[in-house]
Amino acid sequence: MSFTAPIRDMQFVLNELAGLQEVAQLPGCEEVSSDLVSAILEEGGKFASGVLAPINHSGDQEGAHWNNGVVTTPSGWKEAYKGFTDGGWSSISCRQEFGGQALPVVIATAINEMFKSANMAFCLCPMLTQGAIEALELCGSHELKERFLPRMISGEWTGTMNLTEPQAGSDLSAVRSRAVPQADGSYHVFGQKIFITYGEHDLTENIVHLVLARLPDAPEGVKGISLFVVPKFLVNKDGSLGARNDVQCVSIEHKLGIHASPTCVLAFGDKGGATGYLVGEANRGLEYMFIMMNLARFNVGLEGLSISERAYQKAASYARDRIQGFEAGVRGGPRVPIIAHSDIRRMLMLMRSNTEAMRALVLVVAAGIDKAQRSSDPEQRARNQAFVDLMIPVVKGWCTETGIEVASLGIQVHGGMGFIEETGAAQYLRDARIAAIYEGTTGIQANDLIGRKIAREGGATVKAVVGMMRKLALELETESDADLKRIGAALARAVAAMERCVDYIVANYAKDIKAVSVGAVPFLKLIGIVVGGWQLARGASIAQRKLAQGDSEAAFYKAKIVTARFFADHMMSQAEGLAQIVTEGAAGALALDQEAF
Amino acid sequence: MKILVPIKRVIDYNVKVRVKADGSGVDLANVKMSMNPFDEISVEEAVRLREAGIATETVAVSCGTTASQETLRTAMAIGIDRSILVETDVELQPLAVAKLLKAVVEKEQPTLVILGKQAIDDDSNQVGQILAALLGWPQATFASKVHIEGGNVTVMREVDGGLETVELKLPAIVTTDLRLNEPRYATLPNIMKAKKKPLETLKPEALGVDPAPRLKTLKVVEPPKRAGGVKVADVQELVAKLKNEAKVL
Ligand SMILES: Cc1cc2nc3c(=O)[nH]c(=O)nc-3n(C[C@H](O)[C@H](O)[C@H](O)COP(=O)(O)OP(=O)(O)OC[C@H]3O[C@@H](n4cnc5c(N)ncnc54)[C@H](O)[C@@H]3O)c2cc1C
Repeated sequence: MSFTAPIRDMQFVLNELAGLQEVAQLPGCEEVSSDLVSAILEEGGKFASGVLAPINHSGDQEGAHWNNGVVTTPSGWKEAYKGFTDGGWSSISCRQEFGGQALPVVIATAINEMFKSANMAFCLCPMLTQGAIEALELCGSHELKERFLPRMISGEWTGTMNLTEPQAGSDLSAVRSRAVPQADGSYHVFGQKIFITYGEHDLTENIVHLVLARLPDAPEGVKGISLFVVPKFLVNKDGSLGARNDVQCVSIEHKLGIHASPTCVLAFGDKGGATGYLVGEANRGLEYMFIMMNLARFNVGLEGLSISERAYQKAASYARDRIQGFEAGVRGGPRVPIIAHSDIRRMLMLMRSNTEAMRALVLVVAAGIDKAQRSSDPEQRARNQAFVDLMIPVVKGWCTETGIEVASLGIQVHGGMGFIEETGAAQYLRDARIAAIYEGTTGIQANDLIGRKIAREGGATVKAVVGMMRKLALELETESDADLKRIGAALARAVAAMERCVDYIVANYAKDIKAVSVGAVPFLKLIGIVVGGWQLARGASIAQRKLAQGDSEAAFYKAKIVTARFFADHMMSQAEGLAQIVTEGAAGALALDQEAF
Repeated sequence: MKILVPIKRVIDYNVKVRVKADGSGVDLANVKMSMNPFDEISVEEAVRLREAGIATETVAVSCGTTASQETLRTAMAIGIDRSILVETDVELQPLAVAKLLKAVVEKEQPTLVILGKQAIDDDSNQVGQILAALLGWPQATFASKVHIEGGNVTVMREVDGGLETVELKLPAIVTTDLRLNEPRYATLPNIMKAKKKPLETLKPEALGVDPAPRLKTLKVVEPPKRAGGVKVADVQELVAKLKNEAKVL
């Protein structure tokens, strides 16, 4: 089950669509160049194919194990983790102050894409660590940062995010874990957390838990939750490890997918209180979480893209090898590989075009994050931040849902062999399934999109994006090339459908939030398809220019145009139907009484 | 002690190679290229000798187009100190490469040259040997173990009958075999550092070498497709087939 990092497409998107040159102009990005990025992608690709990919399937089959509070990861995990940290991959986009490489998010994202393609369950550990690092960077005291960050950035210790409790999942305001102040300024934390990814494991000697809990005098609801650092082993002043803290892994879950990633139930304070330290100010924990959640959601969205790429590679390779049936319309010919069949081609093109659309969107948003964080121009920062804020629920919601569909198509291409675990295609679907659930379900993303990101600002940012897309559609419609013309026309129709929905949402959100919310997920899907198609259309237009200049990579650029055209015909055409659901679909959804179900 | 490591940019070993429609060669358009895998082993060996304090400087050299710079950067990301590109668009054959390398050796004066035993594109398995002859240096090919001590290098070689150990006086030529070591992955910090390491570009003329090819390629064809296998009923039939059809007994 080999995997080859899609470096050529990444380079195309980075250079032509995401504006790597612009990113290289940002303060602190002076070292970034196309050459350096190629070298990083090349070496990252080797690590992904050579180290992470070969243990993906075995890790799934073997799974993580729990025995009396001790969790062991599957064979090969420790060695791969050591290779990962020795290679410096854990610190790629972390700040230099505590030992990071401070590379732009757009580069880290390309690397993360290939690592997650190679082995999603493995990558959850660094992903959660990254989340914990960001929370500490963002709001930890200098003392906390110095004590924990260097060893988290180097990967010597990992981090976790302890949000969820049995009664508090999507609704974190229901968190009940308690933190009691101690005389020395620390806290004793009590409570049970569930579903904690890599909450316990054997990869490192220490684990740094970030935990949401309530102080004794905290107000009810969202405004009463604080954030604490609770290390598995206490850390002495000189940096050495001290006593084992009062946090235990009570059990791990048996799951549909990501078997190699331990999903832990953690008990805090069963033996008198787990020592914790307050991060930032009291009662602002959720607020901090939400700032850092942007990047976490983005990185989960990336999982949808990664799985799609992996599933596509596998399906394309099987379709070339599997001989079955005769070519349609050909008499007396030989039996052919299934890739000759129209329906297989359609499925492969669906997989491919959705994957490329997601990659383009994800990297464009990643470059937006870099500009929002690093630009010296406040106006550019604000504009990019608004774009990123709008797109985060789209990347998270659309890419993860699409990842599931693409992985499912991957099985279909394999026929019966796809249903057999040994083949490996099934694992991609099982693994992909969680991405649409954790870090906020698709429903939660869609609510965020139509409420906070659109209705609250009267649709200002989304209208600006609509304007950009419409401009491109008009340009393409005037092209002489038939494919570009058609892509332009499809984009124009899809954008019009999207705008109708935006107007409907803005006009009705306050009046009838329940009705508008019925269309939230369909709208999320619609906007994903349209902005993904927009990026493919941009790519097609650039490819056309390269071809006109007689570029040596004609086959690559022709394929970019064909892929965009396919996406226009098979995906963007769905926008109008989805718009109908958004604007007219509420009645039937809400009419029956709850008792009728 | 200085080590010179000649490396070649070749079609990536994962790529399914296709012959051009006109039979003039292999299709290289938009094909992924990488460092020759045997050269990765020589780079690794040189870097290990440097890390062990036995070598004081490691220099990679590649002969080929400007694109080979990328391959040299990869070598420097693994730990090679600096690089030389002998830049030419001419099709290079083993003799020309060996002559260019000889000129580089005379300029750089290394104590040891470590090369891959062969490149996976043309599988010639000649450059190390020709270079040794041109320089009049001792050679140990197909190394699976290299040990340097007191002006000598002891090399365990993979030969048809098993393993052979030879001792050579330095300066010498060593070519690497697969079992010599397992090349490491470049680390991110080292990839960044490699960008700043020196990379010098030389032209064949400046080295006084004419790299023009001496051999002419008439035609390149795909190897014949493997014929389907057959099941034999018993050992007798197998022996008969090996004798009469395959004619190997
Ligand atoms: C494998 C795995 C790993 C995880 N890792 C972590 C981790 O490391 N740290 C951590 O803290 N948590 C983690 N989680 C928890 C995860 O984030 C939650 O499961 C997720 O947020 C959903 O919460 P829930 O399970 O309580 O579902 P619920 O909130 O009960 O949701 C059930 C359904 O109701 C819908 N729903 C709920 N509220 C609304 C609403 N307001 N509007 C519309 N629809 C709504 C949801 O979309 C969903 O379809 C993990 C979960 C799993 C399964």
